Amino acid sequence: MNGSQSITVDPKISSLRSLFPVLERQVHGKPLVYLDNAATTQKPLAVIESMDNYYRHYNSNIHRGVHSLSEEATAAYEGARERIARFINAASDRQTIFTRNATEAINVVAHSWGRANLGPGDEVLITEMEHHSNIVPWQIMQEQLGFTLRYVPITDGGLLDLSELDTLLNERTKLFAFVHVSNVLGTVNPAAELVKAAHAVGALALIDASQSVPHMPVDVQALDADFLVFSGHKLCGPTGIGILYGKRDLLEAMPPFMGGGDMIREVKMSGSRWNTLPYKFEAGTPAIAEGIGLGAAVDFLQEVGMDWIWQHEHALTSYAYERLAQVEGLHILGPEQRGGLIAFTLGEVHPHDLSAVLDADGVAIRAGHHCAQPIHDRLGIVASARASFYLYNTFEEVDKLVVGLEKAGQIFAF
Amino acid sequence: MDQLYREAILDHYKHPRRKGHIDGPDIHYHDTNPFCGDEITIELKVTDGVVVDAAFDGRGCAISQASASMIMEEIVGMSVDDLKDWGKEDILDLLGIEIGPVRLKCALLPLKALKAGLYGLDEWPE
Ligand SMILES: Cc1ncc(COP(=O)(O)O)c(C=O)c1O
Repeated sequence: MNGSQSITVDPKISSLRSLFPVLERQVHGKPLVYLDNAATTQKPLAVIESMDNYYRHYNSNIHRGVHSLSEEATAAYEGARERIARFINAASDRQTIFTRNATEAINVVAHSWGRANLGPGDEVLITEMEHHSNIVPWQIMQEQLGFTLRYVPITDGGLLDLSELDTLLNERTKLFAFVHVSNVLGTVNPAAELVKAAHAVGALALIDASQSVPHMPVDVQALDADFLVFSGHKLCGPTGIGILYGKRDLLEAMPPFMGGGDMIREVKMSGSRWNTLPYKFEAGTPAIAEGIGLGAAVDFLQEVGMDWIWQHEHALTSYAYERLAQVEGLHILGPEQRGGLIAFTLGEVHPHDLSAVLDADGVAIRAGHHCAQPIHDRLGIVASARASFYLYNTFEEVDKLVVGLEKAGQIFAF
Repeated sequence: MDQLYREAILDHYKHPRRKGHIDGPDIHYHDTNPFCGDEITIELKVTDGVVVDAAFDGRGCAISQASASMIMEEIVGMSVDDLKDWGKEDILDLLGIEIGPVRLKCALLPLKALKAGLYGLDEWPE
């Protein structure tokens, strides 16, 4: 009754596609070509049905009732947590805390760990290629706590410029928080090396794995990450659920972020004692259906195979890189070796106009600064367009993207 | 798409009217749309409550640039009082297309700048 059901996945795209209901729809009379997966991914039936099943058959609150429905719901929710913990190879499921999304997970660290550990004279190091969610929480805490926020610059080619890392990481650095795979440049950062460099000066490392966990095998222990965060909706799961992974001793030592039900062991008028992990960080009734849905998503991805997904996206992205590079006036941001996304500009055409022309042909891409304004400033552009791939995308879809871009180039040519 | 980018819009985008600057403007207003980085500056010369010269400068998508260009073409000779009454519908009439909620912001940015300038506001209330 835990809502996850077994699906036989044929690792061929067409049969995979048939598991995603939305991929059958048309947009402006054309088949949907969904290339906005870095923003959010589509959901397979297994995920949709796991949540539907919960609401239809065993909806109830968890950790509280001693009735059958509550026990079934608790088992499904906690079962999902266990499978998610295994998915990223966490040593224990107590170390995978459910949050709303990656953003909230970073904010938990910034507020809880930050308040307890950061002050004047300390430094937090991030990079120029961060998503706003790994910049703004530190800026907010910096104002309150008085530490210094520093940035690892990037090269013109879109890689982290590690030439000054020796001075940027120093005995004052308390935390190095960096993105694993950039959502604009596609750059795959050498996460294990960066963690090692942080540890060498006694700093902790937080990895924003929002764009890596959905697309490649990620092992939190192999990376030796102190904290690692990601959002469920970017890996076939529902919105409203994400994960904060942390090392056990760090999480144990951190004060709660929010107070309320579920996160306490004992409440007296004179004060309260905190619950054990992970509940200390999960105040109030959580997103139960979403947790169950994320468990189903992780099952689904494992059946498809994370290695297969990485390789499929790699083939698709290499093909797209080659084809896009031939479009007149098109400029690709970032390095050639990359994760499954490509951001670009096309001459003087505004990304909104590109996106609108493509949409008319059913092709969905992202246009704007992708919540990463500093990197656009660094590259001297206002905005870009971005095509991002997932396990269900095809080579034919890349072709449609290219045709649409060529058409847009003609429409807006001066 | 033919809907979204009809000929007149592309024409104004590619050949913007009154783009640039005027001498000694009485009203000068700069505004941006932080979500897409669109920027606009509007300059007006007003004599006896009537716009006698106008120019815009900026960058942005075809919709925002065409909207600015069409507005400029329209307003010279109009009274400030009449212009203060302009609203969303007037701009959509000029553009002659239907626009979804996201891109409406692009279409209305020049109007926002124009009205904030006419009212002498620091910022147009959202
Ligand atoms: C690299 C990166 N970090 C963080 C986030 C934030 O994810 P969410 O909005 O789900 O919290 C995103 C998603 O846009 C991302 O691409």
